[in-house]
Amino acid sequence: MIEISNLHKSYKTGANSLHVLKGINFSVAEGELVSIMGSSGSGKSTLLNILGMLDEADEGSYVLDGVPIKNLNEKQAAKYRNKFLGFIFQSFNLIGYKSALDNVALPLYYQGLARGERIDRAMSYLEKVGLANWADHLPNELSGGQKQRVAIARALASDPKVLLADEPTGALDTKTSYEVMDLIQEINDEGRTILVVTHEHDIAQMTKRIVNLKDGVIIEDTVVSQVRALENV
Amino acid sequence: MFDLDRWDEIFETIRKNKLRTFLTGLSVASGIFILVVLLGIGEGMRNGIAREFEQDASNLIYVWPGVTSKEYKGLNPGRRIQMKNDDYNQILLLFGDKLDKTASTFQNWGMVLSYGKESGSYDVRGTFPAYQELESITLSAGRFLDINDIDNSEKNMVIGQRIKLDLFKDEDPIGKIVQVSGVNFKVVGVYTDKGGEREETRAVIPITTAQKAFGGGNNVDRLYLTLNPEENFDKAVVQSTQFSGELEEFLKSRLLIAPDDNSAIHINNSLENAKRFFTLMDMIRLFFWGVGICTIIAGVVGVSNIMLIIVKERTREIGIRKALGAQPLSIIGMILHESIFVTAIAGFLGLIFSLTLLEFVGPMIETQYIYNPTVNFTVAINTVIILVIAGAIAGFFPAWRAARIKPIIALRDE
Repeated sequence: MIEISNLHKSYKTGANSLHVLKGINFSVAEGELVSIMGSSGSGKSTLLNILGMLDEADEGSYVLDGVPIKNLNEKQAAKYRNKFLGFIFQSFNLIGYKSALDNVALPLYYQGLARGERIDRAMSYLEKVGLANWADHLPNELSGGQKQRVAIARALASDPKVLLADEPTGALDTKTSYEVMDLIQEINDEGRTILVVTHEHDIAQMTKRIVNLKDGVIIEDTVVSQVRALENV
Repeated sequence: MFDLDRWDEIFETIRKNKLRTFLTGLSVASGIFILVVLLGIGEGMRNGIAREFEQDASNLIYVWPGVTSKEYKGLNPGRRIQMKNDDYNQILLLFGDKLDKTASTFQNWGMVLSYGKESGSYDVRGTFPAYQELESITLSAGRFLDINDIDNSEKNMVIGQRIKLDLFKDEDPIGKIVQVSGVNFKVVGVYTDKGGEREETRAVIPITTAQKAFGGGNNVDRLYLTLNPEENFDKAVVQSTQFSGELEEFLKSRLLIAPDDNSAIHINNSLENAKRFFTLMDMIRLFFWGVGICTIIAGVVGVSNIMLIIVKERTREIGIRKALGAQPLSIIGMILHESIFVTAIAGFLGLIFSLTLLEFVGPMIETQYIYNPTVNFTVAINTVIILVIAGAIAGFFPAWRAARIKPIIALRDE
């Protein structure tokens, strides 16, 4: 599903150049649930941004579902993001003045779906995350866990190949975190490829594979036996 | 444009920011309001001046000769030009179908008029009956000259009010005999002239009589001509300017004057004078347009500023939208649409308000120089077009900026 080889990325800050990713080789097969771990500054967020086409690598190749991601213009990048990727952010990033349902329907709007179909689909995803009764509520009327579940529903709405979650539990308490991870595991059980960036070991243990980043290189890539989140709730 | 969802979003953001939208709209609305009112006043001033000039016998063309300043066809400069009856008749022959009223004059200055013991020195002007309308003089008693007076060289005379007062005091002058250089004239009428007392120190007699009695031969001093009325002022100006030119050309060639000699023949076209006013008016109107447009620009800059703030405020949202697959064009469309919508609505309100004001208050304005200030349909349409363009410009830079936001930076924006 994801093929990365020899990925380099550096940021220029004034005269200094900060080499963040120093040759990452990494691949993810369909249906995997991978966590990317590392301390802050290890380059894990940068890697995720490149995977999410929010940022571009300086060097190396990135192939997503057989499509080489290289030198995309904004328009193409937007199209691919919409088609291939679903994002889950630490700070949820819901649009404040839109109801939960409208938030979930937004990627479908950019896919060009008719209004009725958007609402139907968005509603079914809200049901899936257990928030059908909250469809008309604005984000600030929801709890953190509910917000993240709306965000997950939104990420799923466009039926993407890969879900990218950047510290999805970073802003949540332990119990809610596990609930969210349970949802993520469920989605993975259905066969969807998911990448989770986290620095929490318990969260990482709930994925099927842990990739450990340090100073811009992968120092460890191990398959783990998944801990079901439900058991810990 | 007909995307329901986008309208939805625009109304949503407007609802969220009522005051901000209101203030933005106010600057645009007042810009349009000021522009339209200024244009209305400009039109009113134009109408006022047109009315002033239309009231007078103002399409008068007045010709008098001077002294040549240039050598021409072997003739020395400094030659005094003298027009003859034939010149006048030739003009009637050539331009007769264009002319409405015409008169030539033969004038004697400082003639002594006496009646009984009273006498005084006055101008005696020989002319045609049409002179009355051409000089806009009003009879206070008796009649003016008629065609019989001309044909028979009658010794009849119409005197100005001043002469009547000087010579006749309270006596009725009609039918009385006045002596001018030993020639007896019968007073047939008395006139007054709006132009003032100086105009009333004149006696008017048939031109044929004047030429015979005072040794004028065929000499003519001045020509007074008016053209046939045109349906509107602008056409009249064009017609009269063109005629003045033709007349000048004709007289110069007939009287052997160099074509570029400006002192030998004078043609005063009162419509051209009026036209000078109108040129001035047009300048004022242009100035009003300028002021109005500048006001709109100020409004547009205001809208642009607000939209920039909106974009800044919505940076994160735009980042989210881009992460979800919004294309740059759709972001531009979103911002532009809102900006055009706000300017158009506000502008229309300003337009409607100012048009209403002109419609109801306009007719009440009764000063000499402003009359019926209105704005015509074309101008209204123009302002609407300006509005939509203004809205687009106001929205473009913020929208462009929004479209260039990198999602990764936008998402980091807290």
